[in-house]
Amino acid sequence: MSIIEIKNLTKKFEVEGHVITALDGVSLSIEKGDVFGIIGMSGAGKSTLVRSINYLEKPSEGVVLIDGVNLEDLSEKELRKERSRIGMIFQNFNLLEQKNVIDNVCFPLEIAGVKKKDARVRARELLRLVNLEDKEKSYPSQLSGGQKQRVAIARALSTNPQILLCDEATSALDPQTTGSILSLLREINEKFGITIVIITHQMSVVTEVCKKVAIIDSGRLVEEGEVEKIFTNPQSDAAKELISGREIRYTPLESLDTGRKIRIVFRENSAYEPVIANTILKMQAPLNILRADTRNVNGKAVGEMILGLPEGEELQNSIIDHIKEAGLTVTEVTEE
Amino acid sequence: MNAQVIQMLLEGIRDTLYMTFGSVIIGYILGLPLGILLFVSNDKGLKPNKVIYRVCDFIINIIRSIPFLILLILLIPFTRLVVGQSYGSTATIVPLVICAAPYIARVVESSLNDVDTGVIEAAKSMGASNMQIIFKVLLVEARTSLMTGFTITTGLLLGYSAMSGTVGGGGLGDIAVRYGYYRWQTDIMIVTVVLLIVIFQIIQNVGTGISMKSDKRKR
Ligand SMILES: Nc1ncnc2c1ncn2[C@@H]1O[C@H](COP(=O)(O)OP(=O)(O)OP(=O)(O)O)[C@@H](O)[C@H]1O
Ligand SMILES: [Mg+2]
Repeated sequence: MSIIEIKNLTKKFEVEGHVITALDGVSLSIEKGDVFGIIGMSGAGKSTLVRSINYLEKPSEGVVLIDGVNLEDLSEKELRKERSRIGMIFQNFNLLEQKNVIDNVCFPLEIAGVKKKDARVRARELLRLVNLEDKEKSYPSQLSGGQKQRVAIARALSTNPQILLCDEATSALDPQTTGSILSLLREINEKFGITIVIITHQMSVVTEVCKKVAIIDSGRLVEEGEVEKIFTNPQSDAAKELISGREIRYTPLESLDTGRKIRIVFRENSAYEPVIANTILKMQAPLNILRADTRNVNGKAVGEMILGLPEGEELQNSIIDHIKEAGLTVTEVTEE
Repeated sequence: MNAQVIQMLLEGIRDTLYMTFGSVIIGYILGLPLGILLFVSNDKGLKPNKVIYRVCDFIINIIRSIPFLILLILLIPFTRLVVGQSYGSTATIVPLVICAAPYIARVVESSLNDVDTGVIEAAKSMGASNMQIIFKVLLVEARTSLMTGFTITTGLLLGYSAMSGTVGGGGLGDIAVRYGYYRWQTDIMIVTVVLLIVIFQIIQNVGTGISMKSDKRKR
């Protein structure tokens, strides 16, 4: 049984007379122990989706099951109890500014009615986990963004949740701090088996920690599956754009622009063969390398390259065939 | 200045402080819950309720649009009903409270509105009830701004308590009016004015000091 099961979720907002459909028939299941990414452009409905998982946002239609329990069937009180089993962290950290670090971490326990002494013991344990034992008396205003997010993570974990929801948790952080927060999340997932849902608009966040990913575009789920598979061979326009489309549109190599571009992905095994050089030699035609990059996808090095093809459709097709024969995945890069 | 005058001025200070703090405290007993109710029942509040919000909003606006001096006179029958007389410092507290409570409700509402909605959202995600959010999040996070509001309100009521002197309200304002206006004893009037200024400064400085000290947002 999936720990989170979303069925046919639709959410409509009414704003000054007209209706905005933020989510449109989204169905999704997330297995226990997964690190699940939900990615989409701004306004796609990611926050609305993650807020539906703990019913901060009540769906207009459809159901949300947590561990098989339909949240719709719960009373206010039961729902609050259920929420305390689902931790959540945010882009802006949302710490209590007037409380110090340890009181922030104790806060969910205070709400749950845990004795202050026991709460402190638990809080210190968690501050050790996030490497902030020496900051327990500091106030949030005295911490850096990364430290604040660590406090927020400790706070979210204090009630021993089964699920941790992260809404753009690294979007306000620089790349290096993002990396350290992501490895902390991975550590939490591996150590405690907590299911983590990561909302982001950055593909790099997904490839870094997620095993599975769902792509949301204008309130609809357009693609879902293993990160590696989708990264290698994206099907939907939204996925292609999130992986590389936007960046290539800004490429300064306009003079070399031949019109047709392809994206190829190397795995560890294919990286040994000089595929590009072989292709050029065999076809006797130039290939423009517009972009090349190596990324860490679930701990494996994956190379990505965007090539500009020479003129002539026949030549282009045979180049593509040749690269495919070498075992690489080829996707056309389309621009609107 | 003889002992009698000094005695009178000391009693004036006592009465002024009695009226000011008496009305501020009772004003908050009424105004604080009302301000919380405004915040909670507002469109984007914890439990939106158009009817409650509109009714409170309307009553508050009506009272706040009546000038204090007129309110003072309008409320004479009511004051007599509550206190048994319509003059003296205890009687003055009645119109002061009626004037202050809606003002305090607005000040409290605006302080609560300044609390980051993200923090409220975080508390909800932890499973906090609305009561817990009000008492453990809103009032705590807004405390600096609430303290500032308290200081401003106290200063305002100090001034209004003096104004009530014109209709026999007691306190320093009463002395200033009786001696300065009716008997032309300018020296006594000046002393009362100086005393009012000093009391105001003390209230303002202590209030600002406490709210600054309690604020943990600054490094
Ligand atoms: N409370 C609300 N009232 C009205 N419309 C809303 C509300 N919340 C979200 N929306 C609308 O729903 C759509 C999806 O919003 P949502 O915040 O879920 O997007 P998002 O994918 O999280 O975007 P971002 O990356 O910018 O955070 C948007 O068009 C937004 O304007
Ligand atoms: Mg969002």
